[in-house]
Amino acid sequence: MGATTTTSRMFPAPEPKAPTGRRDRPQKWGSPVTYFIALLFVGVCIAPVLYIVLGGFRTNSQITTEPAALPRPWVVGNYIDILKSTVFWGEFANSLVVAITSTVGIVALGLMVSFVIARYDFRLKGAMYSLFAAGLMFPMVIAITPLYLVIKDLGLVDNLLGVIIPQIAFGLPTTVIILVPFLRAIPNEIEEAAAIDGMSRLGFFFRMVVPLSLPGVVTVGILGFVGSWNNYLLPLYVLNSQANYTLPLGVQVFSSQYSTDTAKVLAFTSLAMLPALIFFSVFEKRIVGGLTGAVKG
Amino acid sequence: MSDTLGTDTAGGRQSQGTPGAGDTATSVPPAPPRAEAHRRGRARMRLEIAVLSAPAIIMFLAFVIFPVALAAYYGFYQWKGYGEPTDWVGLNNYKLILTDPAFHDVLGHNGLILVLSLVIQGPLAIVLALLLNQKIRGRSTIRVLIFVPYIISEVIVGTGWSLVLQSNGAVNDLLHRIGLGSLGADWIADPDLAIWTLMAIITWKYIGFAVILMLAGLQSIPDEIFEAAQIDGASYWQIQRRITLPLLGPTIRIWAFLSIIGSLQLFDLVYIIWGQYVSGTAGTSTMAIYMLAQGRNAGNYGYGSAVAVVMFVISLIVALIYQRFVLRRDLRGAVTEGTV
Repeated sequence: MGATTTTSRMFPAPEPKAPTGRRDRPQKWGSPVTYFIALLFVGVCIAPVLYIVLGGFRTNSQITTEPAALPRPWVVGNYIDILKSTVFWGEFANSLVVAITSTVGIVALGLMVSFVIARYDFRLKGAMYSLFAAGLMFPMVIAITPLYLVIKDLGLVDNLLGVIIPQIAFGLPTTVIILVPFLRAIPNEIEEAAAIDGMSRLGFFFRMVVPLSLPGVVTVGILGFVGSWNNYLLPLYVLNSQANYTLPLGVQVFSSQYSTDTAKVLAFTSLAMLPALIFFSVFEKRIVGGLTGAVKG
Repeated sequence: MSDTLGTDTAGGRQSQGTPGAGDTATSVPPAPPRAEAHRRGRARMRLEIAVLSAPAIIMFLAFVIFPVALAAYYGFYQWKGYGEPTDWVGLNNYKLILTDPAFHDVLGHNGLILVLSLVIQGPLAIVLALLLNQKIRGRSTIRVLIFVPYIISEVIVGTGWSLVLQSNGAVNDLLHRIGLGSLGADWIADPDLAIWTLMAIITWKYIGFAVILMLAGLQSIPDEIFEAAQIDGASYWQIQRRITLPLLGPTIRIWAFLSIIGSLQLFDLVYIIWGQYVSGTAGTSTMAIYMLAQGRNAGNYGYGSAVAVVMFVISLIVALIYQRFVLRRDLRGAVTEGTV
């Protein structure tokens, strides 16, 4: 692949007579239609989320009399109440600790083992890949009961580590599946050049592989973070006391405790989803944008 | 880069020799005089493999494989979850599961969800990805926004949608306001509608992931190919059909695989919106719900474990068939050629 790219760069094809006109044509094509469909799609994706966020700015009587209306007048009391509550911030902190440690664990362990599978030659390589690929079929739902017993034996019940460690383990299959092709795509020429320059394979790993695979790592990191932030089943089993709850459990408990106070439930829900949204929008450009050019350039 | 020259003593890595020998130094054994260095290189390589892969493998075996194996063991017992299981019932749990009409129902739901997810989300995601891959204004903002449903947790999606869809909720109110009040319905509890409501929510939640995946696949196709096709006078749709779709094949196949597995294991959304009992009457319950209801919630950990095993075996069979007949080309290329 590297060879063909180089060739085409060294010997550019002769310019056709009207290259710019042709190149622009697809871009000109149906632009209004494209924008319309894109906007429609975005609207469908966002409307229910906006409903939750805006609902938090309404009162319960507004919601009961006119379920599908804008806040009139806007009230911030619901949000203020939640932001003042120690319960919310405690659960927020727990979610953050669990998500960050799980993400770091998933990325570190996943990158190491993917590097071995992608770039070392040894007999068990295929088996190792299949092991993790098979892991895609072991959802937490299937393993949850015995997993709980294992966690209990380790004394990690009602401990954030009891959520973090299994999350890392269950995050590995996706990580390996995504990162292995990524690491494999790093041209051999780069590794050979590094070797000629006297870099060991481990040096190559830290100095070349980690930076070059950054877009893949970011993708995996986002999936890990969001997966942890949203995990419901495992915390439901492992965490017993409200002081240790993560936000999804908190939302569930809050919405049943205040089932009559719909507005406050909506406010709590909005604030609970905010961090994952921010985290994703900060890193999004690196996912798709970073995939190209990382190796080419 | 060259400042590391000579500082590292990795055996066999520094073979400079002739320029020709240099670029094969990493994979091909060097000449006989270097045999000793080569042997040390092999030992070092083994150590590196062990150090780099052991943490992940140990973690994976201890917290994923071992619990699943335990489930298989408990599945042979009638066990209430206290103390050691002693009441060996052989294959009786499995016999009960496979003859239970309720299990046939949930299996049918899972199958329907699987097929509908592929048929609805696949084409939709490809078309949307092609659209969004054009150079349009605000492309990156659009990408963030369409991914929003995917990154919101099932708990929040479930809580939000059940409020919106309840009979005095926003959807019915909206229909009423635009004069279509007669279309209002009990979206969640009506057995004729519930599965379609579920499909709508699933599509809404997961389409963004499919689109982003397809977009990443599109981005990995070298621009040179499109430029070459354009220079050769290919039209926009010709390029999409003859170049983009075939080159997007591996991405589509991986997405379909993830979607299939996800459909077979669906739990959170259904459990939060419908709950254990309503999902049964509304016709949205899945195998995982059945497992929880008949297992943990009924206090039959042995039976629940057996359901887990059945779910796993079904997923495994589907996945193996898929890998054998659909993914084979992708995997073979990846394993033998060393490039994507």
